[in-house]
Amino acid sequence: MSSREMPVATPTRLGWAHVCLAQLRRELALARRRGGDWLNPLLFLALVVVLFPLGISPQPARLADVAPGLLWVAALLAMLLSLDALFRTDHADGTLEQMLLAPQPLPLLCLTKVVVHWLLTGVPLALCAPWLGVLLSLPAGAAPVLIGSLLLGSATLSLIGAIGAALTVGLPRGGILLSLLILPLYIPVLIFGAGAVQTALAGGSAAPAMALLGAMLALAVAGAPFAIAGALRISVNG
Amino acid sequence: MWTFVHKLGSPKWCHALCARLQPGFWIAAGLLLAVGAVWSLAFSPPDYQMGDSYRIIYVHVPAAILAQSVFVGMALASAVFLIWKIKVADMAATVMAPFGAAMTFLGLFTGSLWGVPTWGTWWTWDARLTAMLIQLFLYIGVIALRGAYGRDDQGAKAVAVLTLVGVVNIPIIKYSVVWWNTLHQPATFTLTERPAMPASMWVPLLIMVLGFYSFFIALTLYRLRNEIMRRESRTRWVQALAD
Amino acid sequence: MAFDSFSAFLTMGGYARYVWPAWGLATLMIVGFVLWARRERRQLMQQLQRRRRREADSA
Repeated sequence: MSSREMPVATPTRLGWAHVCLAQLRRELALARRRGGDWLNPLLFLALVVVLFPLGISPQPARLADVAPGLLWVAALLAMLLSLDALFRTDHADGTLEQMLLAPQPLPLLCLTKVVVHWLLTGVPLALCAPWLGVLLSLPAGAAPVLIGSLLLGSATLSLIGAIGAALTVGLPRGGILLSLLILPLYIPVLIFGAGAVQTALAGGSAAPAMALLGAMLALAVAGAPFAIAGALRISVNG
Repeated sequence: MWTFVHKLGSPKWCHALCARLQPGFWIAAGLLLAVGAVWSLAFSPPDYQMGDSYRIIYVHVPAAILAQSVFVGMALASAVFLIWKIKVADMAATVMAPFGAAMTFLGLFTGSLWGVPTWGTWWTWDARLTAMLIQLFLYIGVIALRGAYGRDDQGAKAVAVLTLVGVVNIPIIKYSVVWWNTLHQPATFTLTERPAMPASMWVPLLIMVLGFYSFFIALTLYRLRNEIMRRESRTRWVQALAD
Repeated sequence: MAFDSFSAFLTMGGYARYVWPAWGLATLMIVGFVLWARRERRQLMQQLQRRRRREADSA
């Protein structure tokens, strides 16, 4: 009945999948136009990894000992640095308001944005980490577990981090505050992510830690989009 | 029930309620803390293993319990604020945060002091100490976010969301730290998990815990009145109080 | 009474260095919070009175 009264509204009633796909395409197109921005976290990771042998010691045995934790911490910080920009441009150019007004559920739109963020930061970081592990004398056998744990873990990091980014998007200098809010929440992911690699290196099975990383991801996927949506509404509308 | 919730929505009514409840809690806090302090410092017997150094638990355990309870209290207040839009609940969450952070710090400080005679070091990455340190950062984050927004309603909702996210994460952080701890070092010696604590030791501990709780409630009621008056300072009833 | 004398109470069986700072900080925090809350109240009341006087003047 409402469609008869307002015929204009009918064509915009796209299915959820359509909207998600459209948003996915838009975000990827934006990332393409921004050029090398997606490389910044990778460069950050590489630089941090280079700093540690210079700061600690170049002995392979000592480096291999700390390599799993070091790579994980560096990847986590790289994710954190990329988060501040997650909603900032959308907030500045009004896209965020349109997202809030869209008839599709906001948590779904937020989830799409987070998926794109993960594809552009988490996945490249996970794929590059083993190569940087070579610099730290990380045994090659640890690479599959390192990639797997980073893929699973970085998705959780993106989801949790997006809550913080949404909470601080309205603030003029949100960057340092964002790290303060988000880092404590990252600790479980770091523990199990680095733990998975360490147990694999020690000859144990990484499966329990990986299962827990998966459980945390499942929890984050179920809960975080609603928190992100709520936080965005608060930041934009007050 | 519903009329009570509606009344809670009225700052004026809450202000009066706080004033009525307050004296009882101040008296209880004073009595319990005085009795508990004298009993636990002078009358409870020394521990057969740790001697008199164990008397630190009489402040360490209450501080650690309060550190957690206050966060849960803040989360409950935040939920009430987000669901029913009751501003007083947000004010309560505001005034609880500094006390919770202080109790967390006290728990860390006393735990560290206690570590020297028992573990021989100022700091070990014991599961509970580590979890408490992370919790201190959560408190600081909540306080910092409120500070960044200033005193307006927008910040209030953001802080409420962060508090709820934090309270969901506290158990996850706790268990992950315990797992990490067992992976990296043998279980540390803990006093409070020892089964047989004689009544002459746990009764004063219970009194101290109740004393800390009473103090927390009394202080929160007192500061809640301040916060209500500050945020409602434009209303006639608050200005009438100035006479 | 767990101690024979007042000086034994003060030395805490050799652990005075650990026990007294712990209790000291706890006391300091409790007293500090009371003083802070009272100062907050006093300043608030002064502020309200100032505003009231200002409004009475302008009226």
